[in-house]
Amino acid sequence: MKLLAVETKLYLRDWYSLLITVGLPVGLLLVLGLSIPAFTEPGEGGERFVDTQLPTMMTMLTVLSLTCTAVPAALSTYREQGVLRRMSTTPVHPARLLGTQLLINLAVAVVSTLILIVAGALAYGSAAPRQWAGFVLVFLLGSAAMMAIGLVIAALARNAKTAPGIGSAVMFPLLFLAGMWVPRDIMPDALRVVSDFSVSGPFAQALRDTWAGHPPQLLHLAVIGAGLAIFGGLAVRLFRWE
Amino acid sequence: MKIIEVRNLRKRYPQHLAVEDVSFEVAEGEIFGILGPNGAGKTTAVECVAGLRKRDGGTVQVAGLDPEQDRQELRGLLGMQLQSAALPEKIKVWEALDLYASFYPDPADWEELLERVGLAGKRDSAFKTLSGGQRQRLSVALALVGQPRVAVLDELTTGLDPQARRDTWELIEQVRDSGVTIVLVTHFMEEAERLCDRIALIDAGKVAATDTPAGLIAQVGGEQRVRFRPSAPLDDAVLLALPEVRTVTRHGEQVVVAGSGNLAPVVTLALAHHQIVPTELRIEQATLDDAFLALTGRKLA
Repeated sequence: MKLLAVETKLYLRDWYSLLITVGLPVGLLLVLGLSIPAFTEPGEGGERFVDTQLPTMMTMLTVLSLTCTAVPAALSTYREQGVLRRMSTTPVHPARLLGTQLLINLAVAVVSTLILIVAGALAYGSAAPRQWAGFVLVFLLGSAAMMAIGLVIAALARNAKTAPGIGSAVMFPLLFLAGMWVPRDIMPDALRVVSDFSVSGPFAQALRDTWAGHPPQLLHLAVIGAGLAIFGGLAVRLFRWE
Repeated sequence: MKIIEVRNLRKRYPQHLAVEDVSFEVAEGEIFGILGPNGAGKTTAVECVAGLRKRDGGTVQVAGLDPEQDRQELRGLLGMQLQSAALPEKIKVWEALDLYASFYPDPADWEELLERVGLAGKRDSAFKTLSGGQRQRLSVALALVGQPRVAVLDELTTGLDPQARRDTWELIEQVRDSGVTIVLVTHFMEEAERLCDRIALIDAGKVAATDTPAGLIAQVGGEQRVRFRPSAPLDDAVLLALPEVRTVTRHGEQVVVAGSGNLAPVVTLALAHHQIVPTELRIEQATLDDAFLALTGRKLA
């Protein structure tokens, strides 16, 4: 418990990076939605871009920037400074510190997503995710899979300087495949297939489905779950404490 | 009673054999030094003792525990200060101690510990703002916060200025006086000579010798030299008559007496007897450096 309290304090002391991670998606949601008129006009099926597509993408941006860059940066810094090693001399295994980091980042992702939902409701009158239970399930499962990818990045990064670089190199393609810049609906067929198996693709689709009130598709959940198993297994094998 | 027993310890890394054959025993309550040049395998050896690394051969017992099988129990009674372990930059001194105290079932009163290591004034300072010496003091405090029976301190004073080094030495002596057995890993001859009750000299993964500092020096002959300028003419025979004196040589007006045992007091006493004052008196003793050189054919630093 004390570890969680201390790590949370340390996390909040780094408030400017927190501000960027949380503030950027919310800022983008507001700036894009308010400055591009087409985003707030009903499209096919009467749905506006700001209703589910934009908030889904901003949620993806939040989750991916936390899991692919913040987590690997924090863990590789701890490893490089010998924080993990020092802890391994005590009766408490450094795995506890790793778990604490994951928990804090998950909490930040949750709070950040709630802010996105509230901001969307206030600015555009967008509805909150209608399939609440499904949304929470997809959010947690998807975030866990992304955390596993983040841990693999932390394991592969040689030092604290390369970790955020590798993280970005992984994050941007994943965001692209999730439909951040080219929505999945207008992706070429080949790209759409790649997107469907990219973990972040099904994650974004399932988020959007539940946001719009549909239950998540089993296939999406299966691909995300497989991603969690594969990358989680890799992370356990590759992670070094020193 | 022996609190640590290491027999034929062996540890191989993929690229090289770090520890070839190391055996030593540490008695409860002593400061035991592991002295050797950089790369001799000192750190690897104590990391095997602390259960941070798996050994490839030999046996290790700490208070009757095997560091590999009884890792968890061992961590409760052995505190370790690591050579290259830091803390998060922004953690405050008190937070670090409070946190590490929470890792142990029966921790020391960390407020008191903070006082003891002389960091009470730095209670609210962030780790990154501490000087090298302060970081080492905090590191010692963290190694002690679990009330260990054994504290392993690895290269504690490397990189410290002379004043900070002496302060740290005093701290180590205080810790020993509180009943904690200390294993001190160092490549500083002066540090080992000043602090350690017994020393294992380690070179290239093997123990070259284990003894008290004086014993190690005596092993290499323990020759001493006394140099001085006599205030009045002096007959060599006066000095050569002393059993401790082996040779007397002269360099101009300077007399150099070589010998062993209580050489310096015996010589000055004899001079006083003849109303001769030894001016510019200097005493040169063999050091651990000399012992290391004689035993391994290599220089320590």
